[in-house]
Amino acid sequence: MSEVLVLVDHVDGAVRKPTYELLAIAKRIGEPSAVFIGGADKAAAAADAVKAYGAEKVYVVDDAEIKGYLVAPKAEVLQQIAAAASPAAILIPASAEGKEIAGRLAIKLESGLITDAVDVQVNGSDIVTTQSVFAGNFTVEAKVTQGTPIIAVKPNAAAPEEGAGAGAVEEFAATISDAAKTAQIVAAQPRQSTGRPELTEAAIVVSGGRGTGGDFTAVEGLADALGAAVGASRAAVDSGWKPHTFQVGQTGKVVSPQLYVANGISGAIQHRAGMQTSKTIVAVNKDEEAPIFELVDFGVVGDLHAVLPAVTAEIEKRKG
Amino acid sequence: MTLSNIVVLVKYVPDATGDRKFEADNTVDRVGVDGLLSELDEYAVEQALQIKEKRADEEITVTALTVGPAEAETAVRKALQMGADKAVHVSDEAIAGSDAVATSLVLAKAIEKIGVPELIVGGLASTDGGLSVVPAMLSERLGLPQVTLAAVVETQGDQVRIKRDGDTATEVIGGTLPLVLSVTDQSGEARYPSFKGIMAAKKKPLETLSLSDIGVDAGQVGLDAAWTSVESVTARPPRTAGEIVKDEDGSGATALVEFLASKKFI
Ligand SMILES: Cc1cc2nc3c(=O)[nH]c(=O)nc-3n(C[C@H](O)[C@H](O)[C@H](O)COP(=O)(O)OP(=O)(O)OC[C@H]3O[C@@H](n4cnc5c(N)ncnc54)[C@H](O)[C@@H]3O)c2cc1C
Ligand SMILES: Nc1ncnc2c1ncn2[C@@H]1O[C@H](COP(=O)(O)O)[C@@H](O)[C@H]1O
Repeated sequence: MSEVLVLVDHVDGAVRKPTYELLAIAKRIGEPSAVFIGGADKAAAAADAVKAYGAEKVYVVDDAEIKGYLVAPKAEVLQQIAAAASPAAILIPASAEGKEIAGRLAIKLESGLITDAVDVQVNGSDIVTTQSVFAGNFTVEAKVTQGTPIIAVKPNAAAPEEGAGAGAVEEFAATISDAAKTAQIVAAQPRQSTGRPELTEAAIVVSGGRGTGGDFTAVEGLADALGAAVGASRAAVDSGWKPHTFQVGQTGKVVSPQLYVANGISGAIQHRAGMQTSKTIVAVNKDEEAPIFELVDFGVVGDLHAVLPAVTAEIEKRKG
Repeated sequence: MTLSNIVVLVKYVPDATGDRKFEADNTVDRVGVDGLLSELDEYAVEQALQIKEKRADEEITVTALTVGPAEAETAVRKALQMGADKAVHVSDEAIAGSDAVATSLVLAKAIEKIGVPELIVGGLASTDGGLSVVPAMLSERLGLPQVTLAAVVETQGDQVRIKRDGDTATEVIGGTLPLVLSVTDQSGEARYPSFKGIMAAKKKPLETLSLSDIGVDAGQVGLDAAWTSVESVTARPPRTAGEIVKDEDGSGATALVEFLASKKFI
């Protein structure tokens, strides 16, 4: 069986959940080979982590020389591993960074690229991807017709599957061109953990908009009662109530959780583009004419500052 | 290095507030629907103009470049009205149905034809395709550094610094001209064309190039040359109308809790 390369998404060695989802997809296609580009001292732990989710092989690439040089060196690394391994496909997390790596790699390998896949299935000899386009109004099935399929996969496209693979570690010495070491991170401020799930990975998202009036207490209270991530509309972000990393929508994060609760959000098309594919949608809004109500499975016409705390209290009571 | 030329990449896209459709061959219908300059590329034009204005002593020429059908002229016209100096429109029947890989090839060849500038500025994403990959692909093809997804842009001499919200950190990224830059809608409100701008745009040069003008073989682009193929397109079934209740003295909260419990969220 052919190898399927999975680029490991990690923060300083800590493997992020989308990697496990990609490994589950890789198993459908062939033998998962994880590619870890990171600190040499973090490699062993990362290799153990991906092994537990089925990696048969783990390519370890020490990033001492390329750290901070963004995407170009990573595309070169993948190109070189692909040349050696002739994989059946290359799976990359569809983060902003992942998509740029995938784009550069597609040109290097003269291979077709599919971004933002929400599902990947094998149909005979074809690898068929599913994408959600035009603000979630259409579903598109596509496949790569030239070269090695390069697929950037969105979070939550598959459920992680525990089950150890062989996890054979192979140190890979990549040769990085000087041209790839140009644009550089000169300063970085790691995001403070909110203690809540990651917005794009969360099973439940509770969002607030202009209707919060800047007071997110009720929104956050409900989010915590449900174990949810907190999101925001652009109006809330532009008002400075939440950082841009909380923004859901066309120019923020695109989320597709099991449950999305929109509070004090009117439901502009740019906001819908980021949440329309959520499985269940709930809204609380004072205005019964708000367009968000066209999308909901359940809606409450009312003041979020009254409704949400009551809901939160009841959930807490039931939890005991 | 002085900065003398900026090329800004602008795409003509179907209006997102209209009815966006697909053609029988599963490509995006770009002709039968209303189109316009992608809203997100207005921010790229704005940043190019702001850089030109801040560096007034350098005589910078801002060229708006688009690849698209005849109607795409609307996109570069709007850029000219906003204040770009020149426009280049690459248009050829053979381009229809191109994927991002081919689009980046056409953009790269067009840029080589008109002269590689010190700075290329693109938008966050096309509002139709929305891949957010063309600037990275272009930088790969032209062998230039990329500083992408900027929320704040500063340039000084040959240095470009941007600030952005990365996936896991807020980052400051530095690069040296020549390079490819892309900007987000956080980078600063885009200006509206003034009446004067609209009048002036009519006299600004707009050059139309075909594939042979830029040395691209028709077989390298278009639907048949795409490295991916769309197998099927399905409109999402309309959501079935949900239940909407009016909150009266806490009834809304009770009903919502019941709903969440029935769906096993609590
Ligand atoms: C290029 C571009 C990109 C954009 N990208 C995004 C994006 O990524 N994400 C995004 O969200 N937007 C985006 N927008 C903005 C979008 O068009 C809307 O302006 C925005 O989503 C509105 O946010 P809102 O719903 O919070 O505010 P509003 O539209 O002002 O709605 C507030 C709602 O709160 C309700 N309300 C008020 N008080 C209460 C109360 N006490 N209790 C309950 N309800 C209450 C009101 O009835 C109203 O419906 C973008 C716009 C542009 C031009
Ligand atoms: N056909 C095109 N013509 C000009 N610029 C384009 C074209 N397609 C993409 N771009 C540029 O690349 C950016 C990202 O596009 P995309 O990768 O398609 O999301 C856009 O915001 C534009 O600046």
